[in-house]
Amino acid sequence: MLHTFVALVQDKPGVLTRVASLFRRLSINIVSLTVGESERADTSRMTIVCEAPEHSAHRIRASLYKLEITVDVDEVGRSEAVIRELCLIKVSAGPQEPNGLSSRSQIFELANVFRARVVDLAPESIMLEMTGSSSKIEGLIQVLRESNYTILEVSRTGRMAMRRGHHTSRVLKALGNPNATPTPSNLAKPTTDLIPNEFEDVHEEEE
Amino acid sequence: MSNQTNTNPTLTGAEILWATLVGEGVETVFGYPGGAILPIYDALPKFPVHHILVRHEQGAAHMADGFARASGKVGVCMATSGPGATNLVTGIATAMLDSIPMIAITAQVSSKVLGSDAFQEVDITGITLPITKHNFLVTRAEDIAPTVRLAFQIALSGRPGPVLVDITKDAQQASAPFNFEAAAPPAFRPHPMLRAESSSIQQAIELLRQSKKPLILAGHGVIQSGAEREVIAFAEHNQIPIASTLLGLGAIPTQHPLSLGMMGMHGESWVNHAIQQADLLLAFGMRFDDRVTGNLASYAQNAKKIHIEIDPSEINKNVKVDVALIGDLKEVLTLLLPSLQEKASERLQPLVPVSQPFDSSSQPGNLSSQSFDLSSRSEAERSALPTSTPWLREISAMKGDATVHDIINLPDNGHLYAAHVIHDIWREAVAAGREKETIIVTDVGQHQMWEAQYYKHDVSRSLVTSGGLGTMGFALPAAIGAQVACPDKDVWVIAGDGGFQMTAAELSTIVQEKLPINIAVINNGYLGMVRQWQENLYDKNYSASPILSPNFVKLADAHDINGAHVNLRSEVTPTVTRARTSRQPFLIEFHVEKEDFVYPMIPPGAGLHEMIRRPTKDPLLETAEDE
Repeated sequence: MLHTFVALVQDKPGVLTRVASLFRRLSINIVSLTVGESERADTSRMTIVCEAPEHSAHRIRASLYKLEITVDVDEVGRSEAVIRELCLIKVSAGPQEPNGLSSRSQIFELANVFRARVVDLAPESIMLEMTGSSSKIEGLIQVLRESNYTILEVSRTGRMAMRRGHHTSRVLKALGNPNATPTPSNLAKPTTDLIPNEFEDVHEEEE
Repeated sequence: MSNQTNTNPTLTGAEILWATLVGEGVETVFGYPGGAILPIYDALPKFPVHHILVRHEQGAAHMADGFARASGKVGVCMATSGPGATNLVTGIATAMLDSIPMIAITAQVSSKVLGSDAFQEVDITGITLPITKHNFLVTRAEDIAPTVRLAFQIALSGRPGPVLVDITKDAQQASAPFNFEAAAPPAFRPHPMLRAESSSIQQAIELLRQSKKPLILAGHGVIQSGAEREVIAFAEHNQIPIASTLLGLGAIPTQHPLSLGMMGMHGESWVNHAIQQADLLLAFGMRFDDRVTGNLASYAQNAKKIHIEIDPSEINKNVKVDVALIGDLKEVLTLLLPSLQEKASERLQPLVPVSQPFDSSSQPGNLSSQSFDLSSRSEAERSALPTSTPWLREISAMKGDATVHDIINLPDNGHLYAAHVIHDIWREAVAAGREKETIIVTDVGQHQMWEAQYYKHDVSRSLVTSGGLGTMGFALPAAIGAQVACPDKDVWVIAGDGGFQMTAAELSTIVQEKLPINIAVINNGYLGMVRQWQENLYDKNYSASPILSPNFVKLADAHDINGAHVNLRSEVTPTVTRARTSRQPFLIEFHVEKEDFVYPMIPPGAGLHEMIRRPTKDPLLETAEDE
């Protein structure tokens, strides 16, 4: 299953190697990894998505904690976090396309539906920019392909995740959080999952 | 230098390194000079540090490791860039697998040419990334003191481990103000996952209360945490027998009635059967290594498991546990003991009152003196020791005739067995009253397992052996480190003919340092453990396991080390006494039975209860059978 970890790490040379090496050693494939600045000085924020067996989440998290460069680690499930990805898609839209030059307007329409923006228009191609969940990005790519457009290039940032703030239990229930009790402590940072034998995996598979 | 706290003298990076090491309490460093590290060696004579020149950098790493294992302090080794640094790798990995606090200082080419394949440049921080707890590349003189101080904190805190500090040549040569106190790392931040929750403690107590057949598995963590007394108090209070891992040997005195001895691949049959039949395993500072569990699918199926462990990533790694108490073993047991006394008042009174706090002020490195000592107890206390609960009687009954066929209980049949040699080294130390003042440093292989079986350790840190990595060639250099750490103790190297030759060059180091190390080379003409596996699992296809050796006594003689050959059992004890009392290095070459087998043995892939038992009829023992 897919696991999403958010790690705050020191902003120093070699840190990425240490994190990546941990996954390499465990023979776990990283699906996506984003690194950037965080709200803290000298601290980078990584969102790591990996495909690993359900029971390995605790071990990955504990191993990440073991790295001296790690400041904090969190594993986030889809329902309790906002997970977003940025994607650039270059689609062939020249006169040779099935619908000729009218393909441009059709791509514009698709982009509108998916709330994607046109960021470049060339004689032979259109570049779209889109932010959203991975499933939404997959949706746009799929529709473009099934409409017989030639996708020339796709560049995706990989997922970034951030835990949601303190919500009422109704909101949480609507989000599908099984721990929808309105105590602030188990929302901001569930303390129960610090003890591994009590660790409950609330992560859900991406659609 | 480190005393100048109010002024900040300007020193070179090399001087800052030494001043920081001195400030951290380092008195001995094991190393080997070379081009990139010359500025550091140039500054060495100005500082009160004894440098031990090794013959190969691997030896330096093992010596620092042996020093740390024998003393509980951080061992320090150093090497130059390139090949010097790569030669440390085996030793660093050995320390990593056994969680040994160690600092490796390596030199690096100048920061201006980093990454250019300069002469003797190697990416040692890259190479050692997976085999160190952490490592650093330092390119500025002003970063040396804070980095080295942080390295010491990392090496010792939490689960200990080796830390490598790579210092570029220009950082060694540049100057910077030095202030030892100002370079202190931020206070150690306990692991956010390091918490033994009270609910888990209650769960643990409940499991213990329900258990009829509990068993403690005592690992290296007992020694690392200094929790020997707490474990014994816990065991006595609840009448729980204790099985030890290889690296846990010594923590619980062999003579203690609740001590079962070593578990695992070459553990005694009843110990492994006890694990398989227990209804509760209490894993104290151990990590369920594959050599300890055998086939996981059939491991301790009847038992609930409580795991007390400092490293959260070890929880549920190999064996799924029911309760995990994460934290320092001593601290967790101190939390557990009072609750137990409340809950279990119907049980026998403990010998060590649990309400009475243990003396935690004892110096580290002097752990043996605070260890449990049966002889110091009154007769009444000794007779009150629990020996006969139904569970203990059941374990005792499982011994059956196993001990009868034990080699040390058979009469002398004219053959010399390694087991005899090792058992007699122990008996000689006991007879001389030196058993608590003796450190055995083993290599890896058959002799290592016989040592674990037949040398009856009674104190912590009296066995130094490479467990996790199983590094051949470890014994001789590690013994040098142990002897330097404990100059008043008798240090014995027990090594096979194969492993001894891997690092035999360090004999010269022993002489140069005038260390009175005793060396027992167990010579059977084979790489014995390889041969044993080939005999058992590869149809006696002895491919590349016979090994030719030099005359080790002559080799010793070439180093001006006294030595003797021993072929008969009757010669063992007198020669051992001669070696021990000479107060000089002494090498004994024991010519032992060539095709001996370590029993019992769990074949790879087999369950813990599916061991190969000692044969009741051994063709080598026909003399004994005749009698």
